[in-house]
Amino acid sequence: MTYIKPSFRHPELPVNDLGYTKKAYEGAISTLCAGCGHDSISGAIIQACFELSIEPHRVAKLSGIGCSSKTPTYFLGNSHGFNSVHGRMPSIATGANMANRDMIYIGVSGDGDTASIGMGQFVHAVRRNLNMMYVVENNGCYGLTKGQDSATADIGSQTKSGAPNLYEPIDLVTLALDLGATFVARSFSGDKEQLVPLIKAALSHRGFAFIDVISPCVTFNNTGKSTKSYDFVREHIEATGKMDFVPMKEEITTEYEPGNAQDVTMHDGSVMRFLKLDQEFDPTDRRATYNALQDAKEKGDILTGLLYVDPASQELHEVIQTSQKPLRTLTESELCPGQKALDAINAGLR
Amino acid sequence: MKPTNTADPEYFHKVVDCQYACPAHTPVPEYIRLIAAGRYSDAYLVNWESNVFPGVLGRTCDRPCEPACRRGRVEEEPVAICRLKRVAADFKGEVKQRMPQAPFAKNGKKIALVGGGPASLTVARDLAPQGYEIHLYDAQDKGGGFMRSQIPSFRLPESVLDEEVGYVLDLGIDAHFNHYVESLKDLLAKGYDAVFVGSGAPRGRDLNIPGREESAANIHIGIEWLANVAFNHISKIGRRVIVLGGGNTAMDCCRTARRLGGEEVKVLVRSPFADMKASPWEIEDAIAEDIPILDNHVPKEYVHENGQLKGVRFEKVKAVYDDKGKRTLVPTGEDLVFIEADDVICAVGQENSFPWIERDLGIQFDKWDVPMVDKLTFQSTLPKVFFGGDAAFGPANIITAVAHGHQAAVSIDLFCQGKAVGDRPAPGTKLVSTKMGIHEWNYDSQVADDARFAVPHAPKDKTLKDRKMEVELGFDLQTAYKEAERCLNCDVQTVFTEKLCIECDACVDICPTDCINFVTAEEDEAALRAKLRVPAKNDSQDICVSAPVATGRIMVKDENVCLHCGLCAERCPTAAWDMQKFLYSVTKASQVLKAG
Ligand SMILES: Cc1cc2nc3c(=O)[nH]c(=O)nc-3n(C[C@H](O)[C@H](O)[C@H](O)COP(=O)(O)OP(=O)(O)OC[C@H]3O[C@@H](n4cnc5c(N)ncnc54)[C@H](O)[C@@H]3O)c2cc1C
Ligand SMILES: Cc1ncc(C[n+]2csc(CCOP(=O)(O)OP(=O)(O)O)c2C)c(N)n1
Ligand code: SF4
Ligand code: SF4
Ligand code: SF4
Ligand SMILES: [Mg+2]
Repeated sequence: MTYIKPSFRHPELPVNDLGYTKKAYEGAISTLCAGCGHDSISGAIIQACFELSIEPHRVAKLSGIGCSSKTPTYFLGNSHGFNSVHGRMPSIATGANMANRDMIYIGVSGDGDTASIGMGQFVHAVRRNLNMMYVVENNGCYGLTKGQDSATADIGSQTKSGAPNLYEPIDLVTLALDLGATFVARSFSGDKEQLVPLIKAALSHRGFAFIDVISPCVTFNNTGKSTKSYDFVREHIEATGKMDFVPMKEEITTEYEPGNAQDVTMHDGSVMRFLKLDQEFDPTDRRATYNALQDAKEKGDILTGLLYVDPASQELHEVIQTSQKPLRTLTESELCPGQKALDAINAGLR
Repeated sequence: MKPTNTADPEYFHKVVDCQYACPAHTPVPEYIRLIAAGRYSDAYLVNWESNVFPGVLGRTCDRPCEPACRRGRVEEEPVAICRLKRVAADFKGEVKQRMPQAPFAKNGKKIALVGGGPASLTVARDLAPQGYEIHLYDAQDKGGGFMRSQIPSFRLPESVLDEEVGYVLDLGIDAHFNHYVESLKDLLAKGYDAVFVGSGAPRGRDLNIPGREESAANIHIGIEWLANVAFNHISKIGRRVIVLGGGNTAMDCCRTARRLGGEEVKVLVRSPFADMKASPWEIEDAIAEDIPILDNHVPKEYVHENGQLKGVRFEKVKAVYDDKGKRTLVPTGEDLVFIEADDVICAVGQENSFPWIERDLGIQFDKWDVPMVDKLTFQSTLPKVFFGGDAAFGPANIITAVAHGHQAAVSIDLFCQGKAVGDRPAPGTKLVSTKMGIHEWNYDSQVADDARFAVPHAPKDKTLKDRKMEVELGFDLQTAYKEAERCLNCDVQTVFTEKLCIECDACVDICPTDCINFVTAEEDEAALRAKLRVPAKNDSQDICVSAPVATGRIMVKDENVCLHCGLCAERCPTAAWDMQKFLYSVTKASQVLKAG
């Protein structure tokens, strides 16, 4: 019986600023199919949180229903978690975030959970710029219910069932851009070199950070005729460039030829450095992103990388000007300031 | 770097750290699993095939396997490999019937063995079933060599030794005990096809400092004194005893002295405590018997009065190391220290001595008067004479003597068939998948968290009164099972097949000890080692490098701290990883036990 993860780790594992090894960020052993892309994404989240020296107790993991939505059990075992009803993660996330703005919110969803049943919730979280990282583990099917085509499946793509998908797919990246998202990225579960810095940047972004991660379902949608299979994605993937995430406290040491690199400074002083493959592409220019997406689509390529970021993003709390102190910590005396305060307000309204 | 050739038997052999470190290459995890399965006789026979003296070694082996054990790299302590061997011996059932039964059809060849220690007995065990007529000569009245004359009974009961020496002698060996070979020339004249010299390193070093002669009556040479105790020629010692020396012989001397009336027994050693040659567990046991060990003391003079030893005077020193790490002991300048004693036992080393080998027979000796012996074949410069055990390269230990015996037997067998002794048969290897079902492997892949279990000891007040009473009690079966479960099954190999890999990263993500990497290739091994998830800094452990996978990257696995947990194979969707049991059998003259 192998299904128990040993407690021993490599004795030379690096430690982060908090003195933790990666082990402090692991979760329970996965029960997903062997080779599922979702597990790789969990691995990338673990690596990113470890590298950012995030205190596990400051994180809340939120998810809906699906194989993808099960994964918060498999990472950050020392963090908080809420597994909501199918497609309802955004409302839980909104409530939690409103009550406690000090936490770091990691939402994990599936293409079914987001683009079908949860669409009505998702779009509002985007347009409100809720401060969270929202990851869609996109496998083009409903994995948990045995692989039915999802709303992100491309026309003609075939799952194990063998019937080609007939309907136009929803591209979540374009949708998020349309809704005014302030951080939009796409990646591939099989490319941790790209995914880990993206997650680090997303976790450091103030506002809604959306990452659409193509994540093959080995069991139901890794066929020769699927556009979400390991082979197809590897053949058609095209990156906007290579991105490095440099946390605020670290100095940038590497030098690049002018024009090849572009730095985007985040609100906390961290820097995202892009090594551009395409000189024209500027990830802070929404229009350029649309163009790049359109070009890639015409070529049949899957464009990945950090596609758009607004470093001046104002998250929901800033927009509605809530108290700096998390609402959940406000006491009765702060919430009910008394007759005098009420009189003053009433007077102001006269 | 080129892809690793895992078809080379030594690649996977090296992954089985314990077996690789064992001079006789005992398949350790194989017998440990048999113990866990309650198959003690089978576990015993796996040992007997490869090391001939499982019961003896399970109590006394120098255990080079344990410092090598992988478990010691992932937690504090290695598996108690040695004491598990004893479990097999203690709890086995009938085994003799499963051993080859004499008489054997003779092959017409006659071999002489000089000495009846573990080296000679191993040669005898390997060659007798092949039909060789074997004449064994030993000066002692029973077989076993130093195992009988030197290793005290409180560590090795005579009954255990008798049993295992008996298994060999009962293979129809023509043993001549109480027969000291005075002349190799005469022996050769008897027409043997080959002669094996397993005469040990029988001479104890003396310490010639002032007062040596005058105090002679109370100064004993360690190995001579131990032999005299073993053979009941000595049964008493003075109340205050000084043992000089820091090796295992010193430890046996001091503990024996405690049992013969020594109440204040002290060990004095020249070197710092940390540099003592004795095994840590032997030192521990001596200290537990109230024997202080005083380090950095160099004996200067035996102090005597009217022909009576009074004690020893020592100079205090400290160790100073030069740039190259070479140690010198420098006097501290303090006053000499006088320690009173009624008897002194001098255990400062032993050496080879071959007064019975004529120097004109064609056997070349080097400048230290040690015969020149080939390290692989054990052949001397006189082709029909082979050496092994302590006689070959100086004092070592039982398991080394056994390993020499196996290789010398191979050579003798080849030599007697007129074949070149350098053309060694290949080792035996077997590689078989352990996959049984979805989460099932035919080994216990789950890694136990337990810390090493200690072997219980008999109460000191009893053992110190009886020099023949065994101190260690051995594991009981429950503890043995738990200790056996600590073994990581390093012989169950992670076997990678490039063409099946879809690069999903599942194995990388699951591996508890970050062994697996997919990286771009490097020409240079050091560069490759440096860029792994956890850089592979332990150069004594190999990295396994694959041919390129679909994206052109290569898979690199650092063998160093792989737990052999099987999770990589478990999580691989395409079975590109498989857990395969590797059985390595060292080159021997023959497989003595028939398979099955
Ligand atoms: C005090 C002490 C304790 C030890 N404890 C351990 C231990 O715990 N574990 C361990 O692994 N090793 C131990 N050793 C070392 C171990 O005993 C030897 O390395 C091992 O026995 C060597 O085996 P061998 O076959 O080479 O020769 P030996 O065991 O030395 O046997 C040689 C035999 O040859 C006989 N002989 C010699 N010359 C002649 C001749 N001309 N004619 C006839 N017979 C002859 C001798 O009488 C002797 O019986 C210890 C050694 C000492 C001294
Ligand atoms: C309200 C509701 N409707 C339907 C289901 C059945 N259901 C469970 S998971 C799932 C689809 C999940 O798809 P996705 O979000 O893509 O996750 P995946 O398993 O593919 O990772 C559905 C329809 C449910 N659990 N609840
Ligand atoms: S863990 Fe077991 S197989 Fe591995 S080196 Fe130790 S004893 Fe040998
Ligand atoms: S068996 Fe596989 S998963 Fe387990 S430690 Fe070794 S390489 Fe890692
Ligand atoms: S789990 Fe298997 S298929 Fe996936 S990367 Fe590892 S070896 Fe390749
Ligand atoms: Mg899905």
